[in-house]
Amino acid sequence: MFYYTLKRLSLAIVVAITVSFVTFMLLRLSGDPAMALAGENATPEEIEVVRHQYGLDRPIIIQYVNWARRALGGDFGVSPYFNQPVEKIIGGRLGITMTLGGCALAFAICLAVPMGVLAAIRPNTWIDRVALTISVLGQAMPSFFFGLILIIIFGVMLRWLPISGSSTWRHFILPAIALGYYATPAIMRLTRSGMLEVLASDYIRTARAKGLKAGVVLFKHALRNAIIPVVSLLAVQFGFMLGGSLVIETIFAINGVGFLGYESISRNDLPMVQAIVLLVSMFYVTLTFFSDLLNAFLDPRIRVT
Amino acid sequence: MILRPTKLSIILLTLLAVCLTSVIPTWAGKADNTLNFAWNKELETMDRYYNTAREGMIVSRMICDDLIYRDPITFEYKPLLAKSFKWIDNLTMEFELRQGITFHNGEKFDADDVVYTLNFMSNPDNKVLVQRNVKWIKNVEKLSPYKVRINLKKPFPVALEYLAGNLPIYPNEYYAKVGSKGFGLKPVGTGPYKVSEQVQGKKIVFVRNDNYFKESPKGKPSIGKLVQRTIPEITTMVAELMTGGLDWIYMVPNDQAEKLGKMRGIKLIRAETMRIAFIQMDATGRTGEDTPFKKLKVRRAICHAIDREAIAKNLVGGQSRAVHAACYPTQFGCTKDVMKYEYNPEKAKKLLAEAGYPKGFKVNFYGYRNRPYGEAMVGYLRDVGITANLKWLKYSALREKTQGNKVAFVMNTWGSYGVNDISNITGQHFRFEYNDLARDQQVTDWLEEGDNSIDTNHRKEVYAKALKRIADQAYWLPLFTYVANYAFTEDLNFTPQPDAVPRFFLSTWK
Repeated sequence: MFYYTLKRLSLAIVVAITVSFVTFMLLRLSGDPAMALAGENATPEEIEVVRHQYGLDRPIIIQYVNWARRALGGDFGVSPYFNQPVEKIIGGRLGITMTLGGCALAFAICLAVPMGVLAAIRPNTWIDRVALTISVLGQAMPSFFFGLILIIIFGVMLRWLPISGSSTWRHFILPAIALGYYATPAIMRLTRSGMLEVLASDYIRTARAKGLKAGVVLFKHALRNAIIPVVSLLAVQFGFMLGGSLVIETIFAINGVGFLGYESISRNDLPMVQAIVLLVSMFYVTLTFFSDLLNAFLDPRIRVT
Repeated sequence: MILRPTKLSIILLTLLAVCLTSVIPTWAGKADNTLNFAWNKELETMDRYYNTAREGMIVSRMICDDLIYRDPITFEYKPLLAKSFKWIDNLTMEFELRQGITFHNGEKFDADDVVYTLNFMSNPDNKVLVQRNVKWIKNVEKLSPYKVRINLKKPFPVALEYLAGNLPIYPNEYYAKVGSKGFGLKPVGTGPYKVSEQVQGKKIVFVRNDNYFKESPKGKPSIGKLVQRTIPEITTMVAELMTGGLDWIYMVPNDQAEKLGKMRGIKLIRAETMRIAFIQMDATGRTGEDTPFKKLKVRRAICHAIDREAIAKNLVGGQSRAVHAACYPTQFGCTKDVMKYEYNPEKAKKLLAEAGYPKGFKVNFYGYRNRPYGEAMVGYLRDVGITANLKWLKYSALREKTQGNKVAFVMNTWGSYGVNDISNITGQHFRFEYNDLARDQQVTDWLEEGDNSIDTNHRKEVYAKALKRIADQAYWLPLFTYVANYAFTEDLNFTPQPDAVPRFFLSTWK
């Protein structure tokens, strides 16, 4: 287990370095950052001053190494737009994004797990088909489109829920549904296949033969075992949700990291974009790392292979 | 197998029932004297000198006052924080200041505030973002507690225009204490509204300054509270307006505006702005000696090939109109008395043939804003034999290409920063800089002369000469004015202005 952990950790570090490097290079390929920082109507002299001031006249590798060294110490630079440290601004908005991600994940679990269970206990029936249709729709529909549909139905037509903002818990309902719905197919399918496998196993047959109630067999014995791989999947899905919140936060005007990322791209705030991409990818890498460890802990065959 | 309801499903159903039964009340803006409005931009700071956004200007004019106020209807300059003002000579202005005015924090307004603000902001070391707003100031002197003198570096006739809206006066003691960062979060001014709350990137709450001085040409504000929200997605903004969550939005895209205009309870105004679109052509061969645009007949052919009236009416819509001179019609120095190129494709073909291009030519057509307008122009050019390959880029990429002498034919736009003087548009594009595709020394000299004289008639005269030559030589094809779409509740009295800066202190409830 120790060697496996070490191997996964090394892989996670390599991924983190690669992501930060690729992001750094891509942002600089998309145009002259000095020109972007200097603003629309800056003169060539003003652009050169900015280039020197931000060290953009140095070789790109040196720029990357300097940035990476500071980033390791938690210093992601100063946002030229806000004129404030990047980490301070992101820190102030991370909570709201985590809340949204958490709510979305909770919604996805509440929808997908019962659907998966139902589909497994009634395989190849209309219930199975309906569950499949609902989950496939979740994956097929772009989240921004689904978000707007929710706004039109629940915000404009029925006026049940607020359309934008994040001042109360009610404001999180529509964005959490829009964000969480996308994760339902994977969770539902994994729950269904896990349940099908477990329900066909000997110990379930034994439990039923002992005369246990259907609910007890299903939830206490079957689901508890079938849900283990789903738990590790949820960690990965949570990472996806943090990345996906960029679109959802923009649509619902939620002032989180996703919205900040979207705005920072349009105003060429390179240090901010870089830090956000790195942060989201780090979440993803960390969650995947722990999910791998969990899987390996639960299933020794993974460690061996 | 029978399934029984689990605890989880009971909780979920209860939660859903709570949501479904509690309907959100409509935010009655008029009823509680609160105007809820939104824009899509997150304002980085409320310190006007350190942001460049239009929204920064809107906020600044609500919180702060300048020395002078420009009447948005008559364009007349009226004293604001100044009681009176006069030019002493080409390089000196004097201002008598009003007495008895206090800032929102109780600090008294006097000459020290004017001297501190303008001297601090015009000092290049303090790196004010829009340098052209302040770089004409040499220094400001205090003559008495309520009298100041502004010394200019060189004659700058547009000084009043800048002093009337772009140079807000800050409380010297407070600003020295909190600096730009602190001021950006908690601004203090003498203006008709004060900021009571700010959540960065989310909302700004303004409350009426009940002690606002009654002599102000801005007038006493009527609406008690203004709540600004940042909503990046226009569809969400429209949905909020439709459901009463917002009372006012602007910059609504045309397709959405049309639908909003048909809704009961919502008023739509498609008002003209100072931004104009224009085509620039490489008249000097910077992009290559063989460029067809070096020939006057080709440039004139382009001018005859494009139906500006039709684009203004059918594509831009609202109050948009075709323009013929290289400026916005109300700007000081702008004249209509220039050569006009009517839409005449046959004449365009004839001119092309005479220039040696009977079968037209192929060219890259650049731009960065409103691609559909560019597409329409490609169609018009095709009709006269010119194959234009549309290349729509981001602004920074386009500028990079222009600087690299790779752009011979481009549709650009300019909003003049709301400055009602042609020095802010024509003067910005004919100075032998990267964005000057004409490079005509005569034009540059005339513009330079106008920009450096405070003799009004002389300025008009030389600007007219420059504009006539620009039109005669077809260096630019001025296209049309832009419009901004404003949508708001019918309960509100609101009048848009050409600088597209809403003045909520002039708005009232019906």
